[in-house]
Amino acid sequence: MADIGDLSLWEVFIRTKGGLSHRHAGSVHAADKRMALEAARDTYTRRMEGVSIWVVPSSQVSASDPDEYDSFFEPAKDKIYRHPTFYPVPDEIKNM
Amino acid sequence: MSPQLKNQLYELSVRLGDDALILGQRLCEWCGHAPSTEIDLTLSNLGLDLIGQARHFLTYAGELEGKGRDEDGLAFERDALDFKNCLLVEQPNGDFAQTIARHFLFSTWQLLFLEQLAQTNDETLRAIARKSIKEISYHASISAQWVIRLGDGTPESHDRMMNGLDWMWRFVDELFLVQEGIEDVCENIGLDLSSIENEWRNKVAATLKEATLDLPADRKGIFGGRVGHHSEHLGPLLSEMQSLPRTYNDANW
Amino acid sequence: MYTTELKSGSDGGKKRSKVEIVEDPAKLAAFEARVAADEFIEAKDWMPEAYRKTLVRQISQHAHSEIVGMLPEGNWLRRAPSLKRKAILLAKIQDEAGHGLYLYSAAETLGTPRDEMIEALHSGKAKYSTIFNYPTLTWADIGAIGWLVDGAAIMNQVPLQRTSYGPYARAMVRVCKEESFHQRQGYEIMTVMANGTDAQKRMAQDALNRWWWPSLMMFGPPDDSSPNTERSMRWRIKRDTNDELRQLFVDVTVPQAEYLNLSIPDADLKFNKEKDGYDFGEIDWDEFYAVVRGEGPVAKERIKARTDAWEEGAWVREAAMVHAQKQSKKDAA
Repeated sequence: MADIGDLSLWEVFIRTKGGLSHRHAGSVHAADKRMALEAARDTYTRRMEGVSIWVVPSSQVSASDPDEYDSFFEPAKDKIYRHPTFYPVPDEIKNM
Repeated sequence: MSPQLKNQLYELSVRLGDDALILGQRLCEWCGHAPSTEIDLTLSNLGLDLIGQARHFLTYAGELEGKGRDEDGLAFERDALDFKNCLLVEQPNGDFAQTIARHFLFSTWQLLFLEQLAQTNDETLRAIARKSIKEISYHASISAQWVIRLGDGTPESHDRMMNGLDWMWRFVDELFLVQEGIEDVCENIGLDLSSIENEWRNKVAATLKEATLDLPADRKGIFGGRVGHHSEHLGPLLSEMQSLPRTYNDANW
Repeated sequence: MYTTELKSGSDGGKKRSKVEIVEDPAKLAAFEARVAADEFIEAKDWMPEAYRKTLVRQISQHAHSEIVGMLPEGNWLRRAPSLKRKAILLAKIQDEAGHGLYLYSAAETLGTPRDEMIEALHSGKAKYSTIFNYPTLTWADIGAIGWLVDGAAIMNQVPLQRTSYGPYARAMVRVCKEESFHQRQGYEIMTVMANGTDAQKRMAQDALNRWWWPSLMMFGPPDDSSPNTERSMRWRIKRDTNDELRQLFVDVTVPQAEYLNLSIPDADLKFNKEKDGYDFGEIDWDEFYAVVRGEGPVAKERIKARTDAWEEGAWVREAAMVHAQKQSKKDAA
């Protein structure tokens, strides 16, 4: 078979409506960013699911390592004083 | 509106409807066969836009005609002599470059045309034009990008793009005669096409330059689509498209 | 459109996989526990090799089915009998292309590039749903595909929205959201034709006759010939057995056919009060396995069409990539 390659891989993020943040939707293959945006539009927003699209070359995404979960995320677990529910509010105080 | 003007307005709507229908039908041929699935989706979207436009124009044409024909009556019950699309849109898909050449040349014209149509005093045509402009701006842009990618891609894609343009170039002049024979109604609704050809040539030249492609040499234009004298490519397309309603003419689908 | 896990069933379940990779027992136990607790596994999480492999095979098979599935319907796109039907069909086939992309995208997160999966399809190594190896002969086939094939697909796909692999589950949520229009448009075509002229009724009945059994085969081999079912269900990459889903499909579809005044081509079909469902005739499994092996009526056409599209499109993809490189060099300069 001839040397037949695919286009590069891009990650697609869609803002579904104003006020919301962009959310990962999936990926597309495209040669350049314009093509990636257009492919993302045709693939992920055919039913008006989007008002804005971001595309990022997949090779440019760095991800945290699940094996580092403990050192990465666990330390936040016992810092419960970061949450408002940690603090009692007297019953007499209605709005806080 | 006088019967004669009304008849011309029918003629104008049919020309525009047939342009969209035949090009949409051509794009359907790509479905499932495009160079990548992403491109398949894109070509389908272009096709869907065009079929939608065809339905609007032909519905209006049917009303103007007053013989009780709707969009399907016009699409499926006319033969080649009564189809009034330009020759450019019925040209075969060829390879991807040839399809892009056709789409680029046509949608660049169509966008300029629709911008003028959107200024006319015919309410229905104005409304269809305004809706279609959004779609066709995208067509013009995406096809121009592909001309650039292919023109300034590999030597092979450059040659193929050049060949595609070369095939289509003789049908370009016909685009600028869309009003021929129906000048009265064009004037009546205030359709001003005087500046289109220059703008079109400038836009095309700019894109081809960016694509490192030479402007195809001038040649004798081929005409006839607007009066029903088509290339040999239209007949088979119609036979296929119309086969069901023609075989079962008492059926609804 | 769904494809069931075909590889293991293609020999009728006679052969078993030979090599079991030995996994770290602690990791494996933790993994099994997570899955049993209905947690989602994500791309970078540890997973047993067999889980990864089965998923790549299952998801890519599913993706291939969507892409090959465009062809039988595409056969009627240019002959759709009205402009409305043409637009609907084009939008539907376009959805299938989209579904293929969602699924390839999910499969790629497991580390297999798309072109590798595509080449496995073209070489015959990868399978796709047997159903798409049957030809579409009349317009009623477009109705039957939407009604029966997409109907069967939905039945398979709905439970997969809760499958254990996160990217797959999310792709299925998207697919299912879009798929119900497919079945309805198919049933609408059938309704119009079944109530139409004699010629249309004939086409509708004929389409049901040809598509009924292949639709039942879409659920895959019977449970006692699906050696990997138990493991796949434990791993939550399959949520119901083939036979369960097949039964459900028959029970739901028979009344729909009755409403159309069409008869299901099965002399043994009758309602069984005790099980509150239909008994139905024996499926021709020889035919099924033959089609899995690539001996379906239009299998060669399907693979040729896909291979041609991929190979004839190579220069386009290459040109686009080369152009992009030129541009980024220009931008850098």
